[in-house]
Amino acid sequence: MTTVTEAPPLAPAPETKPPRQARKRGRWTPYWLLLPGLLWLVVFFALPVIYQASTSVQTGSLEEGYKVTWHFATYWDALSEYWPQFVRSVLYAASATVLCLLLGYPLAYLIAFRAGRWRNLIMILVIAPFFTSFLIRTLAWKTILADGGPVVDALNTLHVLDVTAWLGWTAGDRVLATPLAVVCGLTYNFLPFMILPLYTSLERIDPRLHEAANDLYAKPSTTFRRVTFPLSMPGVVSGTLLTFIPASGDYINSDLLGSTDTRMVGNVIQSQFLRILDYPTAAALSFILMAAILVIVTLYIRKSGTEDLV
Amino acid sequence: MTFVNWLKRHLVVLAGLFTLAYLLLPNVVVTVFSFNNPKGRFNYTWQEFSTEAWKDPCGVSGLCTSLSLSLQIALWATLGATLLGTMIAFALVRYRFRARGAVNSLIFLPMAMPEVVMAASLLTLFLNMGAQLGFWTILIAHIMFCLSFVVVAVKARVMSMDPRLEQAAQDLYAGPVQTFLRVTLPIAAPGIAAGALLAFALSFDDFIITNFNAGSTVTFPMFVWGSAQRGTPVQVNVIGTAMFVIAVLLVVASLLIGNRRSRQKA
Repeated sequence: MTTVTEAPPLAPAPETKPPRQARKRGRWTPYWLLLPGLLWLVVFFALPVIYQASTSVQTGSLEEGYKVTWHFATYWDALSEYWPQFVRSVLYAASATVLCLLLGYPLAYLIAFRAGRWRNLIMILVIAPFFTSFLIRTLAWKTILADGGPVVDALNTLHVLDVTAWLGWTAGDRVLATPLAVVCGLTYNFLPFMILPLYTSLERIDPRLHEAANDLYAKPSTTFRRVTFPLSMPGVVSGTLLTFIPASGDYINSDLLGSTDTRMVGNVIQSQFLRILDYPTAAALSFILMAAILVIVTLYIRKSGTEDLV
Repeated sequence: MTFVNWLKRHLVVLAGLFTLAYLLLPNVVVTVFSFNNPKGRFNYTWQEFSTEAWKDPCGVSGLCTSLSLSLQIALWATLGATLLGTMIAFALVRYRFRARGAVNSLIFLPMAMPEVVMAASLLTLFLNMGAQLGFWTILIAHIMFCLSFVVVAVKARVMSMDPRLEQAAQDLYAGPVQTFLRVTLPIAAPGIAAGALLAFALSFDDFIITNFNAGSTVTFPMFVWGSAQRGTPVQVNVIGTAMFVIAVLLVVASLLIGNRRSRQKA
C-alpha cells in the first residue's frame, strides 16, 4: 500500500484524443450523473423549503384555502407566543451537546488510544444500539428514571435531587417529566454522533506526537491540553454540530420523557402541523428554526475555523 | 497514595467505560423487559418472568405488518438513495462541472437541517400538490434524506482511489464498461456498501420525517410511538432485542470475515 502511494508521480497519461463525438458525450457525463439525484433534492428538498417560506406569509383558513398576502405578522405572532419553547430548545440542545462532549470524549479517547485489542468490541458496542429502534430505547429511559426506581432512589439518598430541584432541573422526588429527563434523553440519543467524529479525528493523531511531548517533559495533562485536544478540534466541531442540530429540532425526548413544561419548538411545529392544522404559523416556526440553526452553525464554523465538515 | 495514582492513570478508562454503560443501559433494560409479564397496559415496571412474548412476537395486531412495511421501505429507499448518491459521488470526484459549490451545498444542507424542518416543508409540498400520503410519500422522503449520507460515504472512498489503476486497465485494452465493472466498482464497493448500510439504518429507524409524511400508514417506529401513547406490548421489546442481537452478530461476522481476508492477503 505504502509503496504505491509513495512512488514518484508517473508522467501524466498521454492525452488520448477521442473522436469528436465521444468527447462531446464525455463532457456531458457529469451532468447526466448528477441529474437524477440533484433533481430529487431540488424537488423534494429545496422546493419544499421555498413552498414553506411562501406558506408562512399566507393567510386564510383550511376551508377557504390560503392566499399569499405577505402577512409577515405571522412571524411576529409565532415568536411572541412561542419564544419560551425556542429558548428551551436552544438551552436543552446546548446542554445535551456539552454533556455529549464531556461523556463522549473519554470514550472516544479510550477507543483510539487505550483499548488495544478491545477496540473493535467497544466500537461494535457503540454502534450496535443504533440498530434497535431509538424510540424503544428512549422508552427504556422511562423505566430507568421511573418514580421510586433504583436510580431516583439513589439520587434521593445522595441528596442530588435536592440540588437539581433547587436549580429547577427536577421537581420534587421525580426525574421523569422534568427538564433533566429530557436533556438526559437527548444526550443519550445523540451521543454516538459525538463519539464517532471524535474517534475519527483522535485516531488520526500520530502517537509519536505524544511521545515527543512526553520527551519534552510535558505532563500528561499538558500533553492533552497542548497536543491532543487541539488536534482533535475537527472532531469536536463536527461532533457538536451533529449533536446540536438534531437535538434542537427534536420533539421525541420531550414528548416521551418530559411534560407540557418541557415542550420544545419541535413539539410546537409537530402539533401545529399535525393536530391544530395552522399551517402558516407552523411554517413560520419551522422557518425561524431553520434560520436560527443556519446562523448559529455559520457563526460556529467561522469561529472554530474549520471548513471541511464532511 | 497508590490507589490515587492508579485512579489518576486510569481515570480516562473509567470515564469511558461509564459512558459505554450509559449507552448500553437502555438496551439491557429493553432485553430484560422483553421477559416481563406486565400487569397493566404499560411495560415500565418489573412484574414477573415470562417468555410468552418471545413465543409469539407477532401476537399484537399491527406489529408485524408495520415491521414488514418498514423493511420494504428501507430496502427500496436504500436502493434508490445508493444508486442516486453513488452517481453524484462519482460526478463530484471525477469530473469538473459548473456550479460545483451550489451542488455541494445542496447535498450538505439536508444533513445540516433539523429533521422537523425538512419533514414540515415536505408535508407542505405534498399537501399543496394534493398527494395521497402513504407508502410513496414516505419512500420519496426517505430517499431524499438518505441521499446525502450515501454521497459522503461513497465520495470518501472514491477520493482515496488511485486513478492509475483505471488507466492501467485501459492500457490493457479494457473498454470503459469493462474498466468500470471490473476495476472501478470493486474498489468503490466498500464505500458504496457503507453508504447503503447507513441509508438502511437511517430509513428503517426514521420517525420524525415519517411521522409528518405517512398519513395513516404505520411503519415500525410509528407503531412504537403509537404504543407509547396507548400501552406498550412486550412484543415491542422482543423485536428491539432481536434487532440488537442480529446487528451485533452481523457486525462480528463481517469483522471476522474481514480479518481472515486481510490475513490471507498478508
